[in-house]
Amino acid sequence: MTGFPDNLPPAPPYDPERDKAQRERLLDTWRGPTGWRYLAAVNNDKVGIWYLLTAFGFFVFAGILALMIRTQLAVPDNDFLSMELYNQVFTLHGTMMMFLFAVPIFEAVAILILPEMLGARDLPFPRLSAFGYFCFVIGGVFVAGSIFFGAAPAGGWFMYPPLASNEDQTGIGTDIWLLGLSFIEVASIAAAVELIVGVLKSRPPGMRLNLMPLYCWYVLVVGGMILFAFPPLIAGDLLLEMERAFHWAFFDPERGGDPVLWQHLFWIFGHPEVYIIFLPSIALMAGIVPTFVRRPMVGHSWIVLSAVAVAFLSFGLWVHHMFATGLPEISLAFFSAASEAVAIPTGVQIFCLIATVLMGRVVNSVPMLFAGGALAIFVFGGLTGVMVALVPFDLQAHDSYFVVAHLHYTLIGGMLFPLMGGVYYWFPFARQKKLSDDWGRWAFWLMFAGFNVAFLPMHWTGVEGMPRRVWTYSADQGWALLNMVSTVGAFVFAAGFAILALDVLWPKRNRPMVERNCWGAGTLEWAAEVPDKPWGIRSVPLIRGRYPIWDQPGIIGEIDRGEWFLPDAEEGKREMMVTDVLDARPMFVQRVPGPTYKTLLAAVALGCVFIFATYHWWTATLVSAVVAIAAILWWLWTGTAQLPEKPEKYVGRGMTLPLYASGPAAVGWWAMFITMIGDMTAYFGLVFAYFFFWTIHADWPPQDAAMPLTVWLVVGLALALVSWGLMLAARSANTAGRAGRSRVMMGAAPLLALAAIAAFSWALFAPELDPTRHAFDATAWVLVLWLGGHLAAGALMQAYCLARSLAGYVTQVYDADLRNITLYWHFAAVTTVITFALLALFPAML
Amino acid sequence: MLFWPLVIGAGVIWTLVMVIAAYAVRTTPVDPERTERLARSMVRWGGVALPTVVLAGLLTFGLIVLRDTTRGQGETVVEVDGEQWWWRVTYEGEDGPIRDANEIHLPAGQPVTFRLTSDDVIHSFWVPAIGGKMDMIPGRTNELTLTPTETGIWNGVCAEFCGDAHAQMLFKVVVTDPDEHAATLERLARPADVADDDPGLAVFQENGCGACHAIRGTPARGRVGPDLTHFASRTTLAAGIREITPSTLRRWIAAPEAIKPGADMPAYDDLTEADMSRLVDFLMRLE
Repeated sequence: MTGFPDNLPPAPPYDPERDKAQRERLLDTWRGPTGWRYLAAVNNDKVGIWYLLTAFGFFVFAGILALMIRTQLAVPDNDFLSMELYNQVFTLHGTMMMFLFAVPIFEAVAILILPEMLGARDLPFPRLSAFGYFCFVIGGVFVAGSIFFGAAPAGGWFMYPPLASNEDQTGIGTDIWLLGLSFIEVASIAAAVELIVGVLKSRPPGMRLNLMPLYCWYVLVVGGMILFAFPPLIAGDLLLEMERAFHWAFFDPERGGDPVLWQHLFWIFGHPEVYIIFLPSIALMAGIVPTFVRRPMVGHSWIVLSAVAVAFLSFGLWVHHMFATGLPEISLAFFSAASEAVAIPTGVQIFCLIATVLMGRVVNSVPMLFAGGALAIFVFGGLTGVMVALVPFDLQAHDSYFVVAHLHYTLIGGMLFPLMGGVYYWFPFARQKKLSDDWGRWAFWLMFAGFNVAFLPMHWTGVEGMPRRVWTYSADQGWALLNMVSTVGAFVFAAGFAILALDVLWPKRNRPMVERNCWGAGTLEWAAEVPDKPWGIRSVPLIRGRYPIWDQPGIIGEIDRGEWFLPDAEEGKREMMVTDVLDARPMFVQRVPGPTYKTLLAAVALGCVFIFATYHWWTATLVSAVVAIAAILWWLWTGTAQLPEKPEKYVGRGMTLPLYASGPAAVGWWAMFITMIGDMTAYFGLVFAYFFFWTIHADWPPQDAAMPLTVWLVVGLALALVSWGLMLAARSANTAGRAGRSRVMMGAAPLLALAAIAAFSWALFAPELDPTRHAFDATAWVLVLWLGGHLAAGALMQAYCLARSLAGYVTQVYDADLRNITLYWHFAAVTTVITFALLALFPAML
Repeated sequence: MLFWPLVIGAGVIWTLVMVIAAYAVRTTPVDPERTERLARSMVRWGGVALPTVVLAGLLTFGLIVLRDTTRGQGETVVEVDGEQWWWRVTYEGEDGPIRDANEIHLPAGQPVTFRLTSDDVIHSFWVPAIGGKMDMIPGRTNELTLTPTETGIWNGVCAEFCGDAHAQMLFKVVVTDPDEHAATLERLARPADVADDDPGLAVFQENGCGACHAIRGTPARGRVGPDLTHFASRTTLAAGIREITPSTLRRWIAAPEAIKPGADMPAYDDLTEADMSRLVDFLMRLE
């Protein structure tokens, strides 16, 4: 064991009285609120379940939309749905399945099982989980509900401009799509940050990276992918909404814009998205399969490396969605090669699963049945994927029903079937009862048969020339029989899922409780007691293997008797252990906040900002924004970086740990760092737009363009950098114990930041750059808008820091806020320098 | 060229993976060491080596096919402009452009380059039986070269979702022998054979049809809607969705929305019975 004492003192002898007292204190501390305060809960087991049920609710909704599509297409010239409604229905089906089901369900499952798998009491930011969940519900209901008012988005889930940028062509639905989904994307990124920090910092002592369960690896990889994939779409959403709401010129070729820019930004998100959906399901399989073959996964490191390889490659093949846009052959060849290459690490992961099965004796069970079905369907989808990655084949298959069939084979085989297996597998973990085995087999076979009947013929429908997204077709096109078969299959598939859903919702009062670790699994989440306790884990054990329950006999008893770390909650505070990133050495005890309504308030107010902006009710938008910011500040002020009543505490087994951390040791610092990585990615989406225009225009900036005033850009740069410098100096002064000097600097810094915003704006405003005139002006303005927003947020944070210092929450030793905000300012400074370079230096170099 | 080899290859690989998986499920390891060696070589060969070799070969083959299909200019150029929701077709004639709509005439056996544009939203030009598709993007001009080999009438569709009536944005491709094709183009180049005092033309003009539709050889010069100079010689009405018959045409003029929801053409449901008959009769004579 590197870096961890092997010779821990033994646990004190078992004392039933002490055990009882500790259990009572833990229970009091971790018990979730009940009754009317139920929604204030923040425990991961509650929020995880809400998340899961809500995501499945949206899945059912989107599934019903799919059945409406299939009903409409069952016969030629059908009028079950009108053209307008059909266009809304198919757009919403794709949108909801992608944004409201496939990605959130990953986060839901992870929030539910990750902490227990890591032997952690909760995730490091429980209130952030709750906040993310409420954002998800509000945004989801807003987007999905629009169809009941005939106002749903109707531009396809890909929202290509100029169709989507033209307000006469696509109405309010497009704004609902852009703003509603941006809101949900923010929540997705928040959850990703939470999960990444959770994996990196809240592992149990001894669980070095190489001992971490595969599921956690996948959470880490997928969290990272979300961080890099979603921001470009947010950047794209911003551009498209600015064009719709204020006629800024980004996608209009007559004003120097280009509709293809959107396709790049969309698919830089859209392709990794597919793997963001698919990888977590491999992770579920990697949790299920070892349990049912009673041995560890074969090729643990191969799988990890393959997952990382898939993640990297997935960012290099977005253009295969754009093979028919008339790109040069060399790009087609490059992206075709990358698209084929991704099949290799995918193949490695699948063969590792098969090899594990080979090594063991398979226990027949419903989860394994779903895993087998997933394999059959996904491999087929992968093979058709190899076909469409070939450009000549794709030019034929693209935007035809062949692709509809292909994507459903990959997503349903690669995501839904493993997930259903996961539902059967982890249901006893969440509810201490098993789902019915007989019903499960019925559900599986109906879903498997229905799926193939529905989607296998669709390949041929596409080859026969049926394009996607058509609301009707005539009999003489010859697609009627194939479509009828698909429709029948779709209903059988739905019936299978209905059985599963019914079983999940069926009251199980009469079913017996499962025994502990009912499947005989090896990972830590199965160490939970039956019936379960809200504290996550009784005491946090030292981990010595990848499958602790298998590798460390007696560990469950040791955990139960409180022989390991943090067995008590003497102070009545929710506490969890934070360890270091690589070796999982204990670093400090993190106190996490308990139930609150502040997150709900913040989510509602932020939701109102997006919803009112959709309808251009600007005053209401502004008021909501102020309320949202106030609510978030209130939440931070009362919940984060709280001063401990003593510097350290005894956590058991001879170990004493600090109760406070700041800088890179702290989880908050990591969360800021990771969030800002995502933030910079969104900014690079805007920078990409700038250079994209540069590559497509012979003259960029255009000959007749008004140029930003260099002198004011220099002033703005200088002011922003001095503000950043003051923040650094304030941190040093604080560390040196000169609180007064530190406060003066923290007071001056926000004023300079605000002045910098004014200088940058004036540099564009004075020479009359008009964002509605040309893409050059619009791009310059959106860069300054982005920068201004970040400097304003930075100024607010500086002021917050000053207030915390004055209130005594930031001191010489306890300086987490100051360090986190300095970190924010490093990124803000980079954003300022790049913006300056693009506006002042780059045009001069041309 | 690619289709059947790919389908058969995929079928073989899928079956192979399933057989291996079934074997893995059924077999119980007797000699764990031996099984472990087998498992590891399975990952190495099945997961890494096989896909690498297959994909590299496939990619090379695909790129060669790509080069052969996209290289080269056609002997003739046809401009096709996507409109919501129909197709503006322009041939290069000896005496200037020949304008037509919703139907494309091609000579068999000769490569043709399509110059594809759009000025409203993104459309995609696709004739499944003849070859691949290409997007029509506002602000850009894309080219696609295809060689129709068989004579006959083929279906074309818009493959990119382009708003309301996307489903009904179809067209026909008429492939004929080169000689017959030349004759067709010559016929299309001619102005309409209409007398100035044609009563149908009068109805056409009085109701403002000429503001949107052009009929060469008459004062009707509109450019908003399809050119109708040789309307009656086409096989279909309303961008490939109905056969042209007098009764369908009558229903179309009276209520386009009923046949093609979303169509931009206004309904002329207040024409008198006599005017309608004259108009339909006139249009049906535009061969």
